[in-house]
Amino acid sequence: MVSLAATFGRGAMTNHWRDIRHADLILVNGANPAEAHPVGFRWLMRAKLDRGARIIHADPRFTRTSAVADTYVRIRTGTDVAYFGGLINHVLSNRLYHDDYVRWATNAGFVVKEGYAFQDGMFNGFDREQGVYNTKLWAYETDGDGHARIDLDHPRSVLNLLAAHYRRYDPDTVSRITGIPREQFVKVAQQVGEMGRPDKVMTIVYAVGLTHHTTGVQLIRSGAILQLLLGNMGRPGGGMNAERGHANIQGNTDHAISWDILPGYLRIPAPGQKGIAAYLDESASVRQHPRAVNFFGENYRRYLVSLLKTWYGDAATKDNEFAFDYLPKPAANASWISIFDQALRGRMQGVMLSGMTATSIGPDSNQVMQALANLKWLCVMDPFNTTSSEFWRAPGTDPAKVQTEVFMLPATHWIEKDGSFTNSGRWAQWKEQVLPPEGEARHDHWILAELFLRVRELYQTQGGRFPDPVLKLAMPYRNPRKPELDEIAQEINGRDLRTGKRLATFVDLKDDGTTTAGDWIYTGHYPEEGNLTKRRDGVQNPARNDPSGMGLYPGWAWSWPANRRILYNRASADENGRPWDPERPGIAWVGGKWVGDVPDYPPTTGPGPDAPLPFIMTGEGVARLFSNAVADGPFPEHYEPIESPVANPLHPQQSATPVAFLYDERAGRASRFGTPADYPYVATSYRLTEHEHYVTQNVEHLVQLQPEAFVEVPAGLAREKGIETGDLVRVSSRRGKLEVRAVVTKRLGALQVDGRQVYQIGIPIHWGFVGINTGQHWLANALTPFVGDASARTPEYKAFLVDIEKI
Amino acid sequence: MEVSRRRFLSIGPMGVLGGSALGFDLTESIAIKQRLRIEGATLSRSLCPYCAVGCALIAYTKKAPNGRTELLQIEGDPDSPVNEGTLCPKGATSLQLAVSGRRVPHPLYRAPGAAEWTQVSWEFTLDRLARNIKDSRDATFVTQDAEGNVVNRCEGIAFAGGAAFSSEEGYLATKLMRGLGLVHLEQQARV
Repeated sequence: MVSLAATFGRGAMTNHWRDIRHADLILVNGANPAEAHPVGFRWLMRAKLDRGARIIHADPRFTRTSAVADTYVRIRTGTDVAYFGGLINHVLSNRLYHDDYVRWATNAGFVVKEGYAFQDGMFNGFDREQGVYNTKLWAYETDGDGHARIDLDHPRSVLNLLAAHYRRYDPDTVSRITGIPREQFVKVAQQVGEMGRPDKVMTIVYAVGLTHHTTGVQLIRSGAILQLLLGNMGRPGGGMNAERGHANIQGNTDHAISWDILPGYLRIPAPGQKGIAAYLDESASVRQHPRAVNFFGENYRRYLVSLLKTWYGDAATKDNEFAFDYLPKPAANASWISIFDQALRGRMQGVMLSGMTATSIGPDSNQVMQALANLKWLCVMDPFNTTSSEFWRAPGTDPAKVQTEVFMLPATHWIEKDGSFTNSGRWAQWKEQVLPPEGEARHDHWILAELFLRVRELYQTQGGRFPDPVLKLAMPYRNPRKPELDEIAQEINGRDLRTGKRLATFVDLKDDGTTTAGDWIYTGHYPEEGNLTKRRDGVQNPARNDPSGMGLYPGWAWSWPANRRILYNRASADENGRPWDPERPGIAWVGGKWVGDVPDYPPTTGPGPDAPLPFIMTGEGVARLFSNAVADGPFPEHYEPIESPVANPLHPQQSATPVAFLYDERAGRASRFGTPADYPYVATSYRLTEHEHYVTQNVEHLVQLQPEAFVEVPAGLAREKGIETGDLVRVSSRRGKLEVRAVVTKRLGALQVDGRQVYQIGIPIHWGFVGINTGQHWLANALTPFVGDASARTPEYKAFLVDIEKI
Repeated sequence: MEVSRRRFLSIGPMGVLGGSALGFDLTESIAIKQRLRIEGATLSRSLCPYCAVGCALIAYTKKAPNGRTELLQIEGDPDSPVNEGTLCPKGATSLQLAVSGRRVPHPLYRAPGAAEWTQVSWEFTLDRLARNIKDSRDATFVTQDAEGNVVNRCEGIAFAGGAAFSSEEGYLATKLMRGLGLVHLEQQARV
């Protein structure tokens, strides 16, 4: 999500599932929606069947998505920057981009400050000691008002720098890196190149096959740049569509169960930010164009103060800056791998896991189990036992040597409680409680509220370190020990404290402590008239429920923000408010008002050459082809995975990204990376249709469908190794091993990469030492490296080196 | 005789195939089962707990004579603009997740070094965990960093969760954990 926010201003799937049917061309990269999102995939098929859309699937494996795609492109895992880079080069060098769109809606004409450089695989501003770039050097030239200088013909205009950067990605180079045959790539490029016309639209669909890499952020950003050049952002049938993998990842990201943000994507404050003004200085974007709305930047203070007022109630006053000091300020990255890194360093005492089994999720399960063994205490809240609750007696572990105190708290299932899930397309849908809690199971939120209140009571009676936020956190629920999710939904929506009424829009939020909102992007989902996420005006009556005919169904549930179904939809129409394609309108200015979707634009502001620019969430007013909001470069560059069979053909002396976070190395632990000499095969992990991160180990019918762990071995390699389907094989990396059955397959094949033949092995994740069917060496993440993306610190699960042998 | 799946479904209940090919007659049992499932059941609207497509579900429940609520059936909601009544293998078997005999029935406690779980009460676990949280918070809380900045953070406790949370639960978790001063906070988005 980091990459989308850095490019467009928000980090979420821009369109929605049903909208994919409007596309002419669908690029699927790093995803297998036919198997991972089978029902969502119906909308790709509808595009194909109803309007003759083409699907191009670039993936290391020939999957069920490939089977119905018009073109299957076998690509080496983790090389999508080169693939998209080649497409960008094709579009730019043949001037196939949507010129009006690019000039109006992107920063193509912004002039980059002198000093920008890219040489031998490195951007300017690298600090060798810290191992990071100084991203502030990647900035625009500005005039006296702080606005960016704009001159499309300037040699340092973003468009000219972009063209120069990607000129190196010619079809031969793309083929050398990705393994895609040159002729096939050229054919793909020709099809993509047609999508820059206003009457054509392409969508990019992706999933963790792009995010789970040390260069994940840049893999996604390169697709986003391509989409901007083709003028496809904001349009029905267009967009960057990230398929989230779990029912409510989107909702829980929005509400910030994430180390670096507060609800509504407000940044977590950093040390040194003494007070709100200093915080805003470094967090809120600044207007860099006189016609930029800079909506987020301008209103940041209102959203932060409303949040603080919600959390700390009467303790948040003007005099104490609304208790800004109560917010914890982390010293360093505190994301997933960092948690276990801290435990390995002996600095973490306790971990609470709810619906997350750290041991299986990894990466580097064996090291994660060591981290758990270093804890004083571990609390697992889950309906079933997990590999984390049972880690102390995992195969090969002596419980007597594990001094961690472990709690297993039986939690309720989704169906035993109400509340809303926000799907990948940002639709917040309410579910009803269908069943009462089973046996002694308790809701996670009741467990957490109860724990918090007991801790509060301990501070009340015994005192302790800085008790104020614990004592003063507002718990305004009828029964604070058992808050109702309906009450919390109202708290998230927010209210006007002077009238006591719930607000209908975030436009009404104030920065003076007179309003509350637990998450500003959800303000309006629960106005005075009721909970809009419960709405069910659906497809049985399209004439009434889908007035635009574009499948928006505005009366079905509620989507953030403001029930808008397509983000950045102002860019679906030209400067004068006319849809780029009248057949597929997003919004249109008709008779003095916007019609169609809820406009992503000042609602009563008309179009025209002097009107505000379309991307209201950025300080520039436009979307960013060049961005300094990512840690590893203002333009995406192809780097090899940390473990790779080849040196980077573009710059062998800087093969991998210089800023990937190597946890073991930074902590002074021995590096645990394998070389191609010892581990000659590339491995990638993935999920099967019947699986959802480990919980499905407990569902009988699904276990019957996929009873046993296996790895997929390409037929050519199997022949070389004498492996046949059903044979037991050992797959090993520098971190660990699996001993499972082999499935010999033509779904995986050999690639020609930089003149060498490279085999890829497929490893379905799922099985472990708990569940209906268990085995000793079934944790797929035993193999994966303990390394994170430079910007997001997302682990590398999709490209690592292994060896395989028949047992 | 060639029988497609659709044809099987259409002729099966009439007993033509049910009686001959399978060696027993499905007609009566199917009819009874359908009637029992639908009649008098309460209809609830839910959502699939698995991937993020957000398929809407309809769940049918009935109060059993012993007072328990029995979950009879889960199916796709035909009104939904997302799934239009369809479900994938995971969604279609979500009933087995909802009512599983594999649930952990009681809070369990494993003392340091112990080889087995001990069954304990909620009172015990909540009290002991609250104690642990306070002790770890006090031991690892930093009010000012080396540069003298007010940071008010608890470094030694981490919370990860949320993939199965309703949004409102997730929000409350964030609020409570930030309230305790936690900085290590994660969910499924990255992994």
